[in-house]
Amino acid sequence: MAEAVLDKAPAATAAKAMLSVRDLHAWYGESHVLHGISLDVAEGEVITLLGRNGAGKTTTLKSIMGIIGKRRGQVTYQGQETVSLSSRAIARLGIGYVPEERGIFSSLSVEENLMLPPRVREGGLSVDQIYELFPNIKERLTSQGTKLSGGEQQMLAIARILRTGANFLLLDEPTEGLAPVIIEQIGRTIARLKREGFTIILVEQNFRFAQSVADRHYLVEQGRVVDMIPNAELDQNIDKLHAHLGV
Amino acid sequence: MFELLGIPPQALFGQLLLGLINGSFYAILSLGLAVIFGLLNIINFTHGAQYMMGAFIAWMLLNWVGIGYWPALVLAPVIAGVTGVIIERVFLKRLYHLDHLYGLLLTFGLALIIQGLFRNYFGSSGLPYQIPAELRGGQNLGFMFLPNYRGWVVVASLVVCLATWFIIEKTKLGAYLRAATENPTLTQAFGINVPLLITLTYGFGVGLAAFAGVLAAPIYSVNPNMGADLIIVVFAVVVIGGMGSIMGAIVTGFGLGLVEGLTKVFYPEASATVIFIIMAIVLLVKPAGLFGRTA
Ligand SMILES: Nc1ncnc2c1ncn2[C@@H]1O[C@H](COP(=O)(O)OP(=O)(O)O)[C@@H](O)[C@H]1O
Ligand SMILES: [Mg+2]
Repeated sequence: MAEAVLDKAPAATAAKAMLSVRDLHAWYGESHVLHGISLDVAEGEVITLLGRNGAGKTTTLKSIMGIIGKRRGQVTYQGQETVSLSSRAIARLGIGYVPEERGIFSSLSVEENLMLPPRVREGGLSVDQIYELFPNIKERLTSQGTKLSGGEQQMLAIARILRTGANFLLLDEPTEGLAPVIIEQIGRTIARLKREGFTIILVEQNFRFAQSVADRHYLVEQGRVVDMIPNAELDQNIDKLHAHLGV
Repeated sequence: MFELLGIPPQALFGQLLLGLINGSFYAILSLGLAVIFGLLNIINFTHGAQYMMGAFIAWMLLNWVGIGYWPALVLAPVIAGVTGVIIERVFLKRLYHLDHLYGLLLTFGLALIIQGLFRNYFGSSGLPYQIPAELRGGQNLGFMFLPNYRGWVVVASLVVCLATWFIIEKTKLGAYLRAATENPTLTQAFGINVPLLITLTYGFGVGLAAFAGVLAAPIYSVNPNMGADLIIVVFAVVVIGGMGSIMGAIVTGFGLGLVEGLTKVFYPEASATVIFIIMAIVLLVKPAGLFGRTA
């Protein structure tokens, strides 16, 4: 089943994949949440994980990032097996994580939040480039991190990862709960990152937004990938999508 | 000669100074406890024994190796800190996923073992430690006589407390520490070595306790029980200040020392209990402590 889905992804055969996930299982304590996720992401691609609340999208990102206590299966990043690595080592490979809850530290100022993640690779954005991309952040450097608005916190959560040189980004619902203008700004940012060669896994509920930025979409249901839809075919598959997303 | 409510000024200022000295020890020790608790989630009951170790290491350095007070002020905290690193690596790191209670029991047991070992070897009568030559004598301030060494203790502990506050609140290392305290999982997912940070933090907290022990050596006799007596009061100080705040630990430590001193002047009968009375009141009115954040 999973293999059949992957066959539809000519852009991302296992050999060319930057990240390849096979039969990934994950648990929270006794509760078995991922039941064999498989997906591939080629270099420079933006793919999304679409699915209902509780489908396992966040858990998939956490498993890739190595912050789920118990996980099993294969996650291969640039040829290297990472399931056995700590999240610290995974971050050092150049994978940047923007969590669903944004993870802005309240005991750190905006500037400290921005400067917190260490550089993991060459070629990260300079602080000036970040201020140019997110002018709001520059205005608020000395504020407490969590005093920012939701949209500003989201931008800060993305900005601090761009500083590190990570070129593979895991973005968990970056538009959740934000105003349309902010969503637009985040969409432009993602499009620009894609142009600059970043590879991105984006978790989204808002599939119109997903459509505007992504190359391919994986549908996740009950801890499994049930379908993969190239962006060009998204409109033809709208009924299937609605059935899966329940919208 | 003026008098305040019938209290001679010498007595008043003398007790205030004593209070400030006690407060210096409360501040350094509760600061160490707060830093350790923040990151490790462990209530370090070994803290009193580690303070005692600081005093003993200074004594051993002097009497066995001939190393005097000033080098001991640096060496003893470093040596004690290394024992702390070992304790963290061998024992504490196994407990982080468990309830606070386990850490408390383990560190309490370690305190009993360490104190027992020192009692066995050195007896419990106490060993003398000389005030360093540079700090003997004192200053007549007119309204009171200030022994140099006591002045030094207050200044040294203030400097160490403020330096610790500065490191934690104003430096990059401190930002790592605060981030790891708030969300260790995410901090680690940014590539920061949180386990190393935890080990070093425990070593640093132990080093602070040992530093206080060296400061105390010339004032109190060097005694295996010196920490056990003090730590009970320090825990009350921590409860009053609240576990969460670095500046809170410092301010509460010095403040309660002064309150204790004032109580000795105005109502000596309560001086041994006043801190516990304040603790009871604070627990009733603001259970998270004066500077604590309610989780
Ligand atoms: N910390 C947790 N402990 C236990 N179960 C969890 C935890 N986080 C998520 N789950 C469960 O795991 C499943 C997948 O959750 P999640 O990956 O967050 O879904 P999604 O991101 O797709 O909304 C859900 O059934 C959810 O209830
Ligand atoms: Mg989610």
